[in-house]
Amino acid sequence: MAAEDKQVVDFAKIKSTMSDPYKKPIQVIDESGKIVNQELFDRFSDDELVTLMEKMVWERALHEQTMNFSRQGRLGFYAPTYGEEASEMGIASAMKKQDYLFPAYRDLPQLIQHGATVKEGYLWSKGHYQCYDYFREGVRAWIPQIIIGAQYVQAAGAALGIKKNGEKDTVAYAFTGDGGTSQGDFYEGVNFASSFQAPAVFFVQNNGWAISVPRSTQTAAETLAQKGVASGVPGTQVDGMDILATYLVAKDARDFAAAGNGPVLVETLTYRFGAHSSAGDDPSRYRTKEQEKPWFDRDPLIRLRKVLTDKKLWDQDKEDKLVAQYKDEFKQAMKDAEAAPKQKISDFLKHTFEVPTPDVAADIKKFEAKESK
Amino acid sequence: MAKLTYIKAITDGLDQVLQNDPKTLIFGEDVGKNGGVFRTTEGLQDKYGTDRVFDTPLAESGILGMSIGLSLTGWRPIPEIQFMGFTMEAVDSIGGQMSRNRFRSSGDISMPITIRTPFGGGTHTAELHGDSLEGLFIGIPGLRVVTPANPYDAKGMIIAAVENNDPVLFMENLKLYRSMKAEVPEGHYTVPLDKANVVKEGSDITVVAYSAEVNEALKVADKLEKENISVEVIDLRSLSPIDDETIFASIDKTHKVVIAQEAQKMTGAGAKVAADIAEKDIMSLDAPIGRVAAPDSVFPFAMAENDWLPDADDIEDKVREILNY
Repeated sequence: MAAEDKQVVDFAKIKSTMSDPYKKPIQVIDESGKIVNQELFDRFSDDELVTLMEKMVWERALHEQTMNFSRQGRLGFYAPTYGEEASEMGIASAMKKQDYLFPAYRDLPQLIQHGATVKEGYLWSKGHYQCYDYFREGVRAWIPQIIIGAQYVQAAGAALGIKKNGEKDTVAYAFTGDGGTSQGDFYEGVNFASSFQAPAVFFVQNNGWAISVPRSTQTAAETLAQKGVASGVPGTQVDGMDILATYLVAKDARDFAAAGNGPVLVETLTYRFGAHSSAGDDPSRYRTKEQEKPWFDRDPLIRLRKVLTDKKLWDQDKEDKLVAQYKDEFKQAMKDAEAAPKQKISDFLKHTFEVPTPDVAADIKKFEAKESK
Repeated sequence: MAKLTYIKAITDGLDQVLQNDPKTLIFGEDVGKNGGVFRTTEGLQDKYGTDRVFDTPLAESGILGMSIGLSLTGWRPIPEIQFMGFTMEAVDSIGGQMSRNRFRSSGDISMPITIRTPFGGGTHTAELHGDSLEGLFIGIPGLRVVTPANPYDAKGMIIAAVENNDPVLFMENLKLYRSMKAEVPEGHYTVPLDKANVVKEGSDITVVAYSAEVNEALKVADKLEKENISVEVIDLRSLSPIDDETIFASIDKTHKVVIAQEAQKMTGAGAKVAADIAEKDIMSLDAPIGRVAAPDSVFPFAMAENDWLPDADDIEDKVREILNY
């Protein structure tokens, strides 16, 4: 064959256009506070707009107060949520009580919205078994996953369980970030849910960074929304700094999955304003202030605050009062967390197996003797 | 009572649990219409339907991760990992997730998952099909690891494993699948998951073995009996936990012990047995602990398997060495 023969497949064209259907992030209000989609905006009542704003103010206040506690040395591992309020609260607002939630470690705000308490969140950070008391309360949420990817395969299983149980209007949610989309379990979870046409809603909160590694290193794919396509799962991008758009997309995604159409994948475009965690990560080592600036301009609170202020639904005094009230609640939650009982190794041993093995039983005796002194 | 092969005994046990508990599910690669690549689940999809017995996409982490989500929504999963070598793909689901969930939830949440998986050498399979990987899993708190060595135990233990509310790694020996037949009761019965079994009584020396090595040990016991050497053979059955009580009762009587396993000496359950004896019952021995295991190389190329796997001759040599110490 001659080298100049015309190619049979135009891979270059496929590559340059394959992401096109996914590159249209949905937006309702832009970063200047301008309503760019009036029809979608009009779907919200004044009360709903105020509630969404209050939730973002709540999450921002939670972050600020939690960072204070962290600086005071009163917490362990904490993953700041600063900047991701629209993404997290937009999605959380579309969840229903009967849904199963599979969060990752940066998703404590959604977990708390779903029924866990702030006290449990603080106990999770500090490292105390009572952090998971919400299981006992019947909250349908699993642990904030540390092994990024595991929550995706588990959510696929829960979604299949929901389907087999015949539970109507119920879905399983899984959250990960841009880094998490590189995990094998991410693909396995999306693909399993698709194979079984199970009601799973997969969220990728693309905040630009996996600790120090930028989104661009994770994949050459132009969007993360398209990552479901190979499994037959529809996806979309949404402006994750716009809570109205995020809520509407999350609701559509939930409705689609709950109606028995199989799973959905949503990529929210957001930004991690702060460090990866409270434990010594310094973003100045890997990104510049110039890179951060445009994202700070997109702060999700700024744009909705402006819209609500223009509509005379919001003012600074109201916001200040709310923040003070929320922070008082968080301070009380921290006091409650700090009053949690001393943990017993014998309890851990008792919860290793339903019926302790001989070695475990011997250890229980040993530790009970120690603990009774 | 019917005489069943080891594999048919497992099928029979699975049939029992599917029948008794409508929340049990069997799934994995090829377990549905094909009845498993070894036919362990043969006929079960026809009998219980595709909702209860079904094929999955080919991904081990997906299969075991899905088992966790199914457990959380009230199901009792019995996933199959087609060969134990493939569990390498799913180590997080086993060690990082399901085995920790009772602990995480302070006892509120059970993971009643039974992972069935074939292993064991001597059948000249492709790479990563015959490896004995129990050593990777017996160090995981919250996980039971068991392996039956005969058809009676195979059925009783698979039923017990499924009925247990903790995750159980149920190892099925490939070579035993069709090489042995024995009387197996009909209907429901269980064999405890954490009790070793004295399969042959003796008074001069104890051989502690598991899986296919139990049969090798029994060959040695029968041969030495003709020389008036009395060998007691213990089948561990449970590799985590180890039933020290049964082992100690035996060596308190024989004062000598040889531990035989098919896995390499650096892994497997033998080292834990030896450590338990050394720690808690060393004074009852009047000779060193003898060990028989495969050499510490990677599991060999198929044509060399028989030269590599420990067999009755290796056990006999070690037994004579310890007896003559």
